[in-house]
Amino acid sequence: MSAVSCRGVGKVFTSGRTRVVALENVSLEVADGEFITLVGASGCGKSTLLRLIAGLDEHTEGEIEAGGVPVQGPGADRAMVFQNYSLYPWLTVKANIKFARQLAVHTHDRTSADVEAASGRAEALLGLMGLAQMAQAYPSQLSGGMQQRVAIARALMTRPRILLMDEPFGALDAQTREVMHDLILHVCRLEGCTVVFVTHDVDEAIYLGERVVLMAPRPGRIDSIHAVLLPRERNPAMKHSAEFLSLRSRVLERIRETSGLITDLELLRKLSQRTTLGQPLQDTSSANAP
Amino acid sequence: MWKIRGWLSQRSYWILAAVGLAVPLSLWTALTALGSVNRVFLPGPYDVVHRIATWFQDDDLLTDVGISCFRVIAGWALSALVALPLGLFIGTFRVVQAVLEPLTDFIRYMPAVAFIPLVMLWIGIDEGAKIAIIFIGTFFQMVLMVAEDVRRVPMAQIEVAQTLGATRGEVLEEVIIPSAKPALLDTLRITMGWAWTYLVVAELVAANSGLGYAIIKAQRFLQTDKIFAGILLIGAIGLAMDQAFRLIHRLAFPYLHARS
Ligand SMILES: Nc1ncnc2c1ncn2[C@@H]1O[C@H](COP(=O)(O)OP(=O)(O)OP(=O)(O)O)[C@@H](O)[C@H]1O
Ligand SMILES: [Mg+2]
Repeated sequence: MSAVSCRGVGKVFTSGRTRVVALENVSLEVADGEFITLVGASGCGKSTLLRLIAGLDEHTEGEIEAGGVPVQGPGADRAMVFQNYSLYPWLTVKANIKFARQLAVHTHDRTSADVEAASGRAEALLGLMGLAQMAQAYPSQLSGGMQQRVAIARALMTRPRILLMDEPFGALDAQTREVMHDLILHVCRLEGCTVVFVTHDVDEAIYLGERVVLMAPRPGRIDSIHAVLLPRERNPAMKHSAEFLSLRSRVLERIRETSGLITDLELLRKLSQRTTLGQPLQDTSSANAP
Repeated sequence: MWKIRGWLSQRSYWILAAVGLAVPLSLWTALTALGSVNRVFLPGPYDVVHRIATWFQDDDLLTDVGISCFRVIAGWALSALVALPLGLFIGTFRVVQAVLEPLTDFIRYMPAVAFIPLVMLWIGIDEGAKIAIIFIGTFFQMVLMVAEDVRRVPMAQIEVAQTLGATRGEVLEEVIIPSAKPALLDTLRITMGWAWTYLVVAELVAANSGLGYAIIKAQRFLQTDKIFAGILLIGAIGLAMDQAFRLIHRLAFPYLHARS
């Protein structure tokens, strides 16, 4: 059974008289335990699709199911990690991680053994994320990478079946990012959760994903899906493998073709040609004339 | 030194604050000591201190301070009691906002002083009337500020809780309220200041005690030094309360003041 299943999903934003078609006819099946990544040009609807799956926005067309159940609003089975961490600044690191424990949905199992198991899990997550020393610190005292690890631990605390991440490492520097890549792969394997991961970094998408879903803008849609034919256990050396590099150039090429950037580049080239020829910019008709 | 939002040591801060207070004080002293200004128009600092002393000994200064503090705090607390839950709902639910915010915005521009005749008509002229004036002066501003504080809670903080399975009530209780708390305390501190500014107005209503009343009466007898004394006392009490709020802020929200 698919963990996430989208069939003919569409999303139209209407504000006043303007209509923005953010997504059109998106169909996607994510297998249980799969790690898929979404890439594509800016504005192609990656975040929108993720928010629809999370139930934070309502789709205007088609069907979305998570674990075989239609998505109607956010739920504890689909945890989300945002780019800007959004930790709770008034809680310590440990209290942030245990935040979900106080919610009614997670308190049905309240034997002392369960409570103990939960607190053990919090400790285990702290250790796994390398945050044991920072348990009593406040988020404002942590670096960006640490904050993001807390956010991931908080999302994992209640064992969600699906983890949704929207450019979680977008604000981190390249080195921290590489560490986070191996960490997130390791943790998600360990937890066995399904991951839908949005990024605009093609290297990241290929390194993390079992499949790379390439989206295209205007209207937002799925352009193509690329299986990553690398062993499931990834290591940094694979970034230089032939498969990685060829897939990378294929995906990049396709993004360039679909993003409308080509026409922009064309325009830029024409403009620069014209100015080097010393002709006035506004004189467009004569510049193109033979 | 002129670095934008630069850092300043505690010591330099308080030295500068003392200078900021001392300069106008010495100007005032010099001006009156020269004798160029009539004492009736501008009493000297000594006259004012002297007046406070006699007020304390012969005229029950402490009763005036006590009753004024009571009126201000009662009016302000009553207003907070209603404004906090109401503002929370205005800031959280668009439906409530649509119904109440334009109305509040409208009322808030009406001058509180102009309500005095109505208050006397409806409530009478006893303590309740004075508290009501202070309430009217602070409440409508307070509601809007509370609503704004609540709206400032980042949407992402709310959405994280929702994707962790929080219900609507839990989002309010576990995210919106704790997230907005520091801003709410600041709003309470600022509106406390406004409540004090309405004191004199409130004590226009058939009062026979209180700092504001004392100022009004002193005006009638041209006791400029007492007017000065009353104004300075209100300023001092306000400053003390403000500092108390800041202390509570530091104690209640260690995470905002913690730096590794
Ligand atoms: N709340 C909204 N109201 C109106 N239009 C929106 C809203 N959210 C997104 N859109 C539009 O939907 C389209 C897709 O936006 P989305 O944020 O999903 O893109 P994205 O692929 O995540 O882009 P990026 O890589 O820049 O994050 C854009 O054209 C955007 O303008
Ligand atoms: Mg996005």
